Amino acid sequence: MDIPYTVHPRADTGLYNAKVGIWLFLASEVMLFGALFSSYILLRVGAPDGTWPHSVLNIPLGTLNTIVLISSSITVVLAWASLKLNNFARYRVIQSITLLCSLIFLVIKSFEYRDKFAHYQVVQKDGKYVDGHLTGSVYLDADKKTREEHGFRGLSFTEGPKGAQKKFTLESVTVNGFEAKSLAEINNPKVGVHHEHKDFKIAAAQIKKIGNYGPWHNTYMAIYFTLTGLHALHVIGGALVIGYIWGPGAAMWKTDPERYINRVEVSGLFWHFVDLVWIFLFPVLYLL
Amino acid sequence: MSATTPDEVHKSVRKYLAVFIALIIGTVITVGAYYVHLPSVAMTIAVALLIASVKAFLVAGFFMHLISEKKMIYGILVATVFFVIGLCFLTIWSMHDFPANMNHSVTGQM
Amino acid sequence: MQPTAKEAHHGDAHAHAHHEELGFWRKYIFSTDHKIIGIQYGITSLAFLFFGFCLMMAMRWQLAKPGTPIPLIGGMLQSIFKDMASGGIMSADLYNMFGAMHGTIMVFLAVVPLGFAAFGNYVVPLMIGAPDMTFPRVNMASYWVFFLGCLVMFVSFFVPGGAAQGGWTSYSPLATLVPTDGQTYWLIGMVLLITSSLLGAVNFVATIIQLRAPGMTWMRLPWFVWVQFVTAFILLLAFPPLEAAGVMQLMDKVFHTSFFLPSGLVVSGTPVDVSGGGSPLLWQHLFWFLGHPEVYVLILPAMGIVCEIIAANTRKPIWGYKSLVYSALAVGFISFIVWAHHMYVTGMGTKISTFFQTTTMIISIPSVIILTCLFMSLWGGSIRFNTPMLFALAFLPMFGIGGLTGLPLGFNFSDIALHDSYYVIAHFHYVVAPGSIFGLLAGVYYWYPKATGRFMSETWGKVHFWLSLLFMNLIFQPMFAQGLAGMSRRMYDGGATYAGVLDPATGDVVGLTKQMIGLNTPITHAAIALGAVQLIFIINFFWSIRNGEKVKTDNPWNATTLEWQTPTPPPHGNFASEPTVYRGPYEYSVPGAATDFTPQNQPK
Ligand code: HEM
Ligand SMILES: [Cu+2]
Repeated sequence: MDIPYTVHPRADTGLYNAKVGIWLFLASEVMLFGALFSSYILLRVGAPDGTWPHSVLNIPLGTLNTIVLISSSITVVLAWASLKLNNFARYRVIQSITLLCSLIFLVIKSFEYRDKFAHYQVVQKDGKYVDGHLTGSVYLDADKKTREEHGFRGLSFTEGPKGAQKKFTLESVTVNGFEAKSLAEINNPKVGVHHEHKDFKIAAAQIKKIGNYGPWHNTYMAIYFTLTGLHALHVIGGALVIGYIWGPGAAMWKTDPERYINRVEVSGLFWHFVDLVWIFLFPVLYLL
Repeated sequence: MSATTPDEVHKSVRKYLAVFIALIIGTVITVGAYYVHLPSVAMTIAVALLIASVKAFLVAGFFMHLISEKKMIYGILVATVFFVIGLCFLTIWSMHDFPANMNHSVTGQM
Repeated sequence: MQPTAKEAHHGDAHAHAHHEELGFWRKYIFSTDHKIIGIQYGITSLAFLFFGFCLMMAMRWQLAKPGTPIPLIGGMLQSIFKDMASGGIMSADLYNMFGAMHGTIMVFLAVVPLGFAAFGNYVVPLMIGAPDMTFPRVNMASYWVFFLGCLVMFVSFFVPGGAAQGGWTSYSPLATLVPTDGQTYWLIGMVLLITSSLLGAVNFVATIIQLRAPGMTWMRLPWFVWVQFVTAFILLLAFPPLEAAGVMQLMDKVFHTSFFLPSGLVVSGTPVDVSGGGSPLLWQHLFWFLGHPEVYVLILPAMGIVCEIIAANTRKPIWGYKSLVYSALAVGFISFIVWAHHMYVTGMGTKISTFFQTTTMIISIPSVIILTCLFMSLWGGSIRFNTPMLFALAFLPMFGIGGLTGLPLGFNFSDIALHDSYYVIAHFHYVVAPGSIFGLLAGVYYWYPKATGRFMSETWGKVHFWLSLLFMNLIFQPMFAQGLAGMSRRMYDGGATYAGVLDPATGDVVGLTKQMIGLNTPITHAAIALGAVQLIFIINFFWSIRNGEKVKTDNPWNATTLEWQTPTPPPHGNFASEPTVYRGPYEYSVPGAATDFTPQNQPK
């Protein structure tokens, strides 16, 4: 006996197997992202006044990525429709745009990530904050000789071959950004200080705490990285599957076209779901 | 399942394109609303989530063909939505219902 | 067990299978056949069941004879865990580690994979008349991801610092701040296990929806299939929030985020250097959102097995089939909205407590209906007391004790006193140990002849049964008393800390009495005896593969359901031709029928 309903729908449910499978899988994905969204709401509602950051992210880039993802969603359905019309060549072209979109999305996302890792917040000993992009840092070696770095390598670091390692300690950092009196000021984009960007050179002796906007920075950054990271993994997974069906898997179009169309449809359903998650992620993380 | 004959497919394609345009417009409005600074925070949140929900409805309804799906799928999704709402609502409720006369703190202020 | 079975029935097993012969690896290791995958799950989970039990025996030794070297394995523990077991004596850290891993292994690596994945995989497609699962390759992936998860959990014992120590519940901040890497392994292992059960759950639900044979309507499904359906749904929808929580705790552990770490956290006098702002309670909510439905994942498959065995061995239809079906559905549904009854002492308000208390009482109704139906099914039957039936029968009162003692834990006023005591340990072990495990053992004895073509030894099966029943009760019954007397769980000195404390105001001795603490010793003896008794089962299991009594027909129990209407063992593809179903699952002793059982595929 072979497994039935792999291609044609079963009479009483009206569905073929993979269709049931993908919707079940998506149901579990809804629970996964639902739990993360619930956590987001909870952390946000629970955050004391002034501690939840706003406008940390790059809105134009986020908007662009939203449009890229929406576009990839329309190409996925159009590609499927082309197959329904028996036009394989057009399917190939349209679906390649989908793949391109997913690539663009990921590249933009990685730029955004990199930006956050270069975005520093310095708490000075006098209680004032400096927030902005770290443009360079100066280190001293044992003989007080200085050495300039493009990034930040911690309060000290060691370098060199084993046995002859040299220790470098931080002398100062340069941050291009603004100065603020409190966290609340930094977190409120409407306060004037945000618009007065300039270079601040801060001596190591002045620094009480320094750190970038990685996930460890605060719970907002934590949930931002977790949600978008998980979403990006879904984009990668979806693109791999769609790419496989589009490329090496396309031989099936000749041998079993109906099943091939089903595959395109099912992978498309997954893709739309990924788009759907982003539709919520974008306003929630970038705008609110 | 929608679209089986070529004619129907052509019709659906037009529908998809309309949805696509609606999605782009929705995105533009969302971002626009952010820049014009609505009078209250509550309103900003409401507008953004409302538009997001409409967009989600369009994607799920038309691109994913949910508006003409089989009963079985609806059943699965109704149960799922019920549980997500339960998870979200009950968790948030429990964290904001404190025993009387206890000066408990909310998340993050402990 | 497969090779022998194949020898015995090589002829008919392969006569109809038009599939090409697969090599050894594809056939037994990376197999996509649901029966092989079921057996793989079965053997892996039985091994972990025994391993989890061994951890507990070591812990029980510590409780009965605190501070003395553990016999036999003390030396080995010392060489693996160094200072944590110096001189072969269990330290507090090691006790915490074994306790956490006992819970984790028993739940996620033993009972769930055995009840759901092993029996579900082997039996469900056969029962519904399907050739396999809908997605055989996903099924294989599910097993291998599970295996990887098991491996990560197992290996974590051997990394420096050992395995997780934060309890099976892994509450933050405790679990996050234990300075060893065990928790990281635990989280990675859990993410793998969850992923595996999601793949399995999708497959089960899709299979039951799509692959029922012609005529197998929903109301003709054996109840076992129904409970697997509900179980799969629970896994599908309740596990993802824990996966989310696991990812977040992993972020806390690896990337120093603060999802579950509050501001101003101070540990041993030093402020913890994290951003703070997180919520420890959030972890508890997400954990118990799975945690509670999980108890139904532990128990439902066992109930389903018991139901099948009772029907076959009372030779009469199950009493209240429809009530059973609706109750199973109701249990599955309500199980999602009771979770915070595990959190009454976290400072929840009265309104939300009342809500969860109410739903908890409501969910006990369908559970009681299920138990009642199974009891009623015995009425007037001419019962065959074979080994599977004995285990199935014992399941009923054991689960009854476990269930009824749960009611005081469901009310918040009584739970405040009982929470985190040995009463809780006794309560849920009655559900999962003499409860679930008896159900699962019953299933092993019952379906063994289908998978291998031979019976397990009845005599030794009965010895195994009676001794297990005795020792299980000797272990867990005294724990109720200890818990009511105030003994806390998770204490490595067996309660000595709280023994005979003097109340300065009255001069009375309060706290645990000598007698209560003294109970630790007989409990431990019983636990060791229980372990020894399981050797009988293990030997019987392997010995019978070659030497057990051969089955004379494909349907040795004269049962009605479809899995008995296939060749023994069923070939790849299961049925020679697609079966058609004409009747309900439990047509035993139908008046006027030729035999006292009428198989589902027998035409009217
Ligand atoms: C049949 C043999 C078993 C024995 C003798 C046994 C004994 C125990 C004992 C004494 C404890 C309490 C340890 C402490 O609090 O210090 C415990 C904890 C626990 N057991 Fe078992 N158990 C058995 C089987 C099982 C099974 C089959 C399961 C699950 C399916 C299970 C799940 C757990 C869990 C979840 C905990 C809590 C662990 C924690 O505190 O984090 N046990 N067991
Ligand atoms: Cu519970």
